[in-house]
Amino acid sequence: MRKFLVVALLAVAALVPLAWYRPAPSVLPAAALPAPALPSSPGTSAPPTPGQSATVVNGSTVDTEFGPYAVAVTFQGSTIVDVRLVTEPDDRHSQRIAASAAPTLRQAALQAQNARIDSVSGATTTSEAYAQSLQAALDARGH
Amino acid sequence: MRIVRHIMGLPISLEFRGDARQAEPAFSWLTEADRRFSPFHPDSEVSRFEPDGKHSADLRDILALCATYERLTGGAFRATLPGRAFDPSGVVKGWAAQRAADLLRANGVRKFCLNAGGDVVAAGRSWSVGIRHPDLPHELCAVLAVRKLAVATSGSYERGEHVVDGRTGQPTRDLVSLTVVARNLTVADATSTAAFAMGTPGIAWAAARPGCLVHAVDAHRRVYRSPGLDRLLVPSGTMAS
Repeated sequence: MRKFLVVALLAVAALVPLAWYRPAPSVLPAAALPAPALPSSPGTSAPPTPGQSATVVNGSTVDTEFGPYAVAVTFQGSTIVDVRLVTEPDDRHSQRIAASAAPTLRQAALQAQNARIDSVSGATTTSEAYAQSLQAALDARGH
Repeated sequence: MRIVRHIMGLPISLEFRGDARQAEPAFSWLTEADRRFSPFHPDSEVSRFEPDGKHSADLRDILALCATYERLTGGAFRATLPGRAFDPSGVVKGWAAQRAADLLRANGVRKFCLNAGGDVVAAGRSWSVGIRHPDLPHELCAVLAVRKLAVATSGSYERGEHVVDGRTGQPTRDLVSLTVVARNLTVADATSTAAFAMGTPGIAWAAARPGCLVHAVDAHRRVYRSPGLDRLLVPSGTMAS
């Protein structure tokens, strides 16, 4: 749980500049940006200023050993009023992660390899195919 | 010792240290899973499935698994394709074999390698698992040294075998083989089936799923793999095990 909190806080910290540079125009007038101190943790938010509508900013996804996580931060004016951990990526979210993962994949030409092995993974879905497979040969050797 | 049985129309090979009695509960479960969840038995829970009918706890598990991967793939994976009967076979094999592996452990079998129709659970020691070459049935395209991991492969190279993209209703043609390595075979099998249905984007999608490593061969015979797979790969020419 502590790890999640650290991730959330890091993500919130990363969002701070976002709050200044990409505010919703209706919330922060570009001309007169106030510079109040942002709360250091989500739990100590100042009470929301009345009359200002809330803006939700979605943080970038952070890969943890528990899977991808992102935070959704709600601002009222320049004050953080809510931080939610988004744990289960929806489809679009998954696709976006996939797109960012694609360049990290290693590429190589297909090669044939012959080695001493214990088992074969493959789409051996029928007994007929199995009878002619490498796995069958392995199983026969094992008897 | 090694035991080979044909259950669910699938060859099930088990290599393990122990005696045959310890393996019986696992094989009994696979026989039961075949009877209850095969779309080929007219009396199975899958053949009699009605969306609003009464479902057993196990069938609810399977339905939840299907729903999760349907959502995650944006409908590329679908247990009910338009105009066809409900068929969760794409995830049931891995799910049933994972439970068989759990039953082996529960019966005191620690070192084993269970292969259910090409989906593998390895436990207790390092096992070398080859990935079948998509064009050469008796050759491998990679060898992995795995310990406490599951390996599942979806492929289009077997006669009559194809995976349909639920979004288009057409068979996926841009991939020939996609393997997923994960902690558990339920996840490995569902992820490889679902990613295969997505086509080329499924490779990166599977690589980005939590705890999953991918090895894929596309129709141009290019290999794509997760960098994390490197530490499991046995170099060609090395005598594994």
